[in-house]
Amino acid sequence: MRNRVCPSCPCDHGDKSESARLDRRDFLSKSLLAPAALLVVLEGKPADKAAAAEAPPPAAYDPTRHNYAMGIDPGKCIGCGRCVEACKTENDVPREPFYFRTWIERYVIQTDGETVVTSPNGGIGGFAPTTETGILRTFFVPKLCNQCTNPPCVQVCPVGATFTSQDGVVLVDGSYCIGCRYCIQACPYGARFLHPVTHTAEKCTFCYHRLVKGLVPACVEVCPTQARIFGDLKEQASPLSRFTRFNPIQVLKAHLNTEPKVYYANLDGEVR
Amino acid sequence: MISAAQPLTEVLQQIKGYIYPNEVELQWGLLVVVYPYVTGLVAGAFILASLARVFNVREVQPTYRLSLLTALAFLIVAPLPLLAHLGHPERSFEIFLTPNLNSAMAMFGFIYAWYLMVVLLLEIWFDYRKDAVLWARQGKSWLRFLHRIFTLGANDLSERSLRLDRRAGRLITLIGIPSAFLLHGYVGFIFGSVKANPWWSSVLIPIVFLFSAIVSGIAMVLLLYMLSCLVRRRDVDMTCADKLASFLLYALIVDFSLEMLDFIHRLYAAEESIHILSQMISNRLFLSLIVLQVLLGTVLPLLFLTLVSPAFRTHGRAVVKAPAELRRLVYFGSAMLIQMGIFSTRWNVVIGGQLFSKSLRGLTVFKLELLGVEGFFMSALLLLLPFVILYLLVVVLPPWPDREAQVEAANSAETAPG
Amino acid sequence: MPQQIWRLLVVFGLLVAALVLARHFLIPKTFGEVGHYRAAAVDSIAARKVKYAGRETCAICHDDIARNHGGHRHAGLSCEVCHGSGAAHADAPSDVHLQTPRQRAQCLLCHAYDPSRPTGFPQIDPVAHNAPKPCVGCHNPHAPEPPRAPEECGACHGQIARTKAVSPHAVLACTQCHQTEKRHMVNPAASRPSKPASREFCGQCHARGAPSSKEIPRVDLETHGQRYVCWQCHYPHSPELK
Repeated sequence: MRNRVCPSCPCDHGDKSESARLDRRDFLSKSLLAPAALLVVLEGKPADKAAAAEAPPPAAYDPTRHNYAMGIDPGKCIGCGRCVEACKTENDVPREPFYFRTWIERYVIQTDGETVVTSPNGGIGGFAPTTETGILRTFFVPKLCNQCTNPPCVQVCPVGATFTSQDGVVLVDGSYCIGCRYCIQACPYGARFLHPVTHTAEKCTFCYHRLVKGLVPACVEVCPTQARIFGDLKEQASPLSRFTRFNPIQVLKAHLNTEPKVYYANLDGEVR
Repeated sequence: MISAAQPLTEVLQQIKGYIYPNEVELQWGLLVVVYPYVTGLVAGAFILASLARVFNVREVQPTYRLSLLTALAFLIVAPLPLLAHLGHPERSFEIFLTPNLNSAMAMFGFIYAWYLMVVLLLEIWFDYRKDAVLWARQGKSWLRFLHRIFTLGANDLSERSLRLDRRAGRLITLIGIPSAFLLHGYVGFIFGSVKANPWWSSVLIPIVFLFSAIVSGIAMVLLLYMLSCLVRRRDVDMTCADKLASFLLYALIVDFSLEMLDFIHRLYAAEESIHILSQMISNRLFLSLIVLQVLLGTVLPLLFLTLVSPAFRTHGRAVVKAPAELRRLVYFGSAMLIQMGIFSTRWNVVIGGQLFSKSLRGLTVFKLELLGVEGFFMSALLLLLPFVILYLLVVVLPPWPDREAQVEAANSAETAPG
Repeated sequence: MPQQIWRLLVVFGLLVAALVLARHFLIPKTFGEVGHYRAAAVDSIAARKVKYAGRETCAICHDDIARNHGGHRHAGLSCEVCHGSGAAHADAPSDVHLQTPRQRAQCLLCHAYDPSRPTGFPQIDPVAHNAPKPCVGCHNPHAPEPPRAPEECGACHGQIARTKAVSPHAVLACTQCHQTEKRHMVNPAASRPSKPASREFCGQCHARGAPSSKEIPRVDLETHGQRYVCWQCHYPHSPELK
């Protein structure tokens, strides 16, 4: 994991330790969970955190002050699939291999010119080993909803059940969706699916219920190599701003002008 | 265990190449194939009716009312496959409450309502009003009741009233032609505007849809006309049938040219998607596209109609001079082939567009179920239903020209002095 | 007004009135407040239950592990990658316990060798590396540095070692070209091996008149690929045979 700013920097765990310490202080002082957690420690019995977690976001949360986006460094992804597992757990996504809010693709570009792409069960259990010979380049690419600024899915929803929130996240209103599946057809990235039980459209929400509490999405939380970098485009100092400053950035299917907000660093030309 | 999982697991085994994980389940199935087929028939039948009314093609006058009733029967059935396909049909009224004006699909509710209420029903009403008033005075009691309701109490049969009927009907047909274009054109636009899908995303799709709709509509009315003559043991008016067949031929030529244009343009421009699309055509769509849509559904009818139809007159006769019986057989066969061909066209667009991955790296399969809402039997039922409705409409509002004449005679007998 | 128009107006009037009434009663209250959607939907989405507590929450109680964890190779890892979702445990610590995975398969999820993984990421051959012993026997998951620093370069740079082993450069040790400090084996980022910087370096063996074995292919350094350094064309770990 090359550090392009300080090649001889002794820190071998990237920037996370610095920001983790800052984040923890920030988090403890501002978080909704802190008072409840203190109660746990002091009184030894669980506070009514269940109710606190389910309550609407605190009045202090102003969605207009945020514009969430994500950076992905495929050069760091090890294809362990922990993100896919965490997403399915956090968001109650059906476990069958047909429904994914996020998934990992493995690209193997062979010396004979062929490109082989696989995603066994979305990569949730990792990938089976592959032969080493005849490979020109190979890497993993995490995929998810790109939370486009110009989303074709929102454009085609006939009833206004899917929309862009004021903080830049494309969401689906599960009690309003009629299940026509037009948004699923319109998404160029295959990010959407119809939930087999609720019969409404679903997709990655950037774990919106975590964002409003100051947490990061579950996939970002568990990524062991910080291949996923979460951030707020309206914040000048964040891991995401550093990421977009120091890496050549590509987005998927730029020619469709959906203006995705998931930024890939050094994305290989074979990635679709 | 989720019920869809079993067939989807089978699909997993048959995937070629790479598809996005969420693409294993095809989103739009047989029901969404039936819908454009049905609205296409509506538009086509109405265009045929407008030929008689607006363009004064006298020869097809015997099929004028039949075309209108056919359009109505299919229009009534048109929303049913959509409702059946929705995840939450009970919320479908939301399209009327909060339509997203950026969405082509949101326009469905309004275009449909406009076309049903303002165009088709009004036109039928104005055309039948006089006869309904007369029929309400005689015949079986329940039929008379229905006819009275139909008239909405507008019983005035004065010359002024009848003139208003005729002029209103003409005006509505005039408005109706672009409305019919809109009704089926927007369905084409729903597909054509999806930039994410290279099989659908095309400027030509709305036009191709429209012309194939006209082809299927004319063919359907031709079929129904010949069948109704058979059932009623009347002679087929060959002038009418010949004219219908010649319009069918013209529409078929235009339709085929447009489809060939799309095909040639794709091959010539050879964009990135050409690789997976050609694989899809040869591996997954060979039967439905090459055989059913092109060869049997378009080329063969084109050939037969060109040979037999008096449309191409050389020295006062057709290319191949065929007696009336042979022409009727050819027309019937061609119209049947065309129905199959246009249905295949809808299949190839809707299902074909989902058989390849948006990653452009793989192909999947469509598993057609027999039972269930998305199954074969449900769609077969929905396709038979318009004929049942048409039968009922024909009983209540007979479209036959000879029935009209009887009413005239009865009317003059009634109003005769003495 | 003619009779027909009158009747039709009544019918259409009724329909329009029905639509207006329906719109008034059936459109959800918060629809359109901030956009063409039901504003209340955002609140219900935001109110979902959180399953992953986040590493900061774990650190509140388990501060000793969090502190010691920080100086080691797994510092960047969230606790919940290995231990599973922890919000339920944070709510009711004595009632809900998290898994403490000790099986070999758990570590192999990340560390089994896979050519698609980035070079330099610590990977081992699951069959050759102490199978079937559990990894936790030698590596503390919270301080996973190996008990003994590896001696072979190929221990971490396996793919390069394997490529070189079947190439004309097989007899060359890695250190022939890459000066490496001992501490690179312990803390790779602390001290990077050197890389040759000039054509003359390769010329030590490959220049005409160089004091090296007769089988080694020679080129005239003055004229052969003058504007380039050797490795811009030739891959040193698997140079092509003449």
